[in-house]
Amino acid sequence: MDAIIELNRLSVRLGKREILKDLQGSLGGRTIGLLGPNGAGKSTLIQTLLGFYPPSGGSATVLGHDIRRATRNIRTLVGYMPENDAFVANMSAVSFIKMMGELSGLPPEAALERAHEVLFYVGLGEARYRMLGTYSLGMKQLAKLAQAIVHGPKLLVLDEPTNGLDPPARQRMIRLVREMRDSGEMHLLVCSHLLRDVEETCEEVLILKEGRIVHYSNLEQERRLNLRFVEIETRGGHPGNDGGFADALAALGCEGIETSSGRLKMTLPLGFEMREIYRLAAERDLQLRRVNFRRDTLEDIFLKAMA
Amino acid sequence: MAVYKRSYKGYAGPLTPGWSRFLILTRFSYARLFQSKFLLMFFASSFFYPMACAAFIYVSHNLSFLTAFNIPASEYLDINGRFFYYFCNVQGATAYLLTAFVGPSLISPDLVNGALPLFFCRPFSRLEYVAGKLTVLVCLLSVITWVPGLILFAIQSSLAGWSWTGGHLWMAGSILAGLLVWCVVLSLIALALSAWVKWRVSAGALVLAVYFAGAGFGSAINAVMRTSNGSLIDLVQVVHTVWSNLFRYDAGLEMSPASAWIVLGSACLICLWLLARRIRAFEVVK
Repeated sequence: MDAIIELNRLSVRLGKREILKDLQGSLGGRTIGLLGPNGAGKSTLIQTLLGFYPPSGGSATVLGHDIRRATRNIRTLVGYMPENDAFVANMSAVSFIKMMGELSGLPPEAALERAHEVLFYVGLGEARYRMLGTYSLGMKQLAKLAQAIVHGPKLLVLDEPTNGLDPPARQRMIRLVREMRDSGEMHLLVCSHLLRDVEETCEEVLILKEGRIVHYSNLEQERRLNLRFVEIETRGGHPGNDGGFADALAALGCEGIETSSGRLKMTLPLGFEMREIYRLAAERDLQLRRVNFRRDTLEDIFLKAMA
Repeated sequence: MAVYKRSYKGYAGPLTPGWSRFLILTRFSYARLFQSKFLLMFFASSFFYPMACAAFIYVSHNLSFLTAFNIPASEYLDINGRFFYYFCNVQGATAYLLTAFVGPSLISPDLVNGALPLFFCRPFSRLEYVAGKLTVLVCLLSVITWVPGLILFAIQSSLAGWSWTGGHLWMAGSILAGLLVWCVVLSLIALALSAWVKWRVSAGALVLAVYFAGAGFGSAINAVMRTSNGSLIDLVQVVHTVWSNLFRYDAGLEMSPASAWIVLGSACLICLWLLARRIRAFEVVK
């Protein structure tokens, strides 16, 4: 898998404050989530990758282009939806999106065609001739998304895309993000402090805290592992003694067995037959009260990383 | 794309060359500006004086027209440096008013609504942004200043003949240089104020204030300090000095042409510095 974003000891200093410290890593998923509490440096990282802030140390590449030397190339390939309000109030949506398309290099005719297309795509087709200043917050978010995709970027950077949206609008935004992900035409970098948004859309997660990477997780792999991750609750046998049940499971290749008062969490080996668990329990006269396929949620991962 | 096919698709078509993209801003700005009927009327009225000058030139070469109305033809009908100096004064003042009306609406709306990150996240630099906005004003002001000035010179040349043209060719250069410099100075002042004052009306008022406050403070400094250096902050006197020097006409101004050029150059540099400080994708709070 080719890296979309490579961080090589990247540091960023704004004024006297070091905002990002020695970031190192390689991200190559179709959708990458950038998580962290407020002030963790998520937006600064995005803005540095776009060339708005110069790195004070280290380097980074986006789609193979160095952020110091090839800013223009990066900006040609990237679409950016900023967190805050960003529009020109006294312009109609279609004119605004057309202008943004042309600034990205599209010829005027193509820009106009794409402006209409993307406005219909994000759901603003009926309101495309209205002035942007008259749009509601949800519509402004969609207009920001439209300007970010008008030129068909290879990487779409979404900074808090569901900020201030009501539940139906949020669902629409998440659906659009998933559709774009599944179209296979672009990679997405979703920056959010809403875990649910990231969990619903992303394959990889990078968690930042105080300007440092505190956790990297490949959610897609984790989801696949979830199918082999089992949580069992037993009853019976002698208190504090499962009669060698855990050892027997380990002997069959189960990994990472944790026990606490009749509860076991483990990862099953490939090709493991579930009936083996029932057989071993029956041999030891243990009742199986619960068998769950469950691994840590993103919230569990996030809270552990923040701890 | 048909409405029922609402699925995302990328773009794989050709791209325009990067060098010409600053003109996109200029084009969209004109489209917005000329939606205003007041601006359109003011812009049209800016051509009244050049048309009157053209009529004057025609009359000065057709004395029989004057004698038919028993009007004595005298030496003030001579088309010389003084004629073009006064042309510059009138059109320069008109350009100032047009700048005060147009300039503030160029950058401040982008700043108020946080649109700058959207411009700079594209292959479009801060320099191109300023060049695009500057072109709006410089072209608009050029159309009412040095372009009609050169047309008047061409009319005079065609009526006066080659010998006059050969001897007064420097005037064409003076018209172009004097008014183009004025257009650039005005445009930079308007852009800098538009970038720093977010409220459009205030920015417009400030552009006018530069005109009047400079003259007022300059006179006050001259009177109190008993010097003539106060005139250096009077932009009107500065540019009049430049024009009188370029048109070889003694307008009775005390300032030296070198000082006037230095003041204009400094004003441009200060405005560029102000723009460089302000035109950024994001403000860094230190």
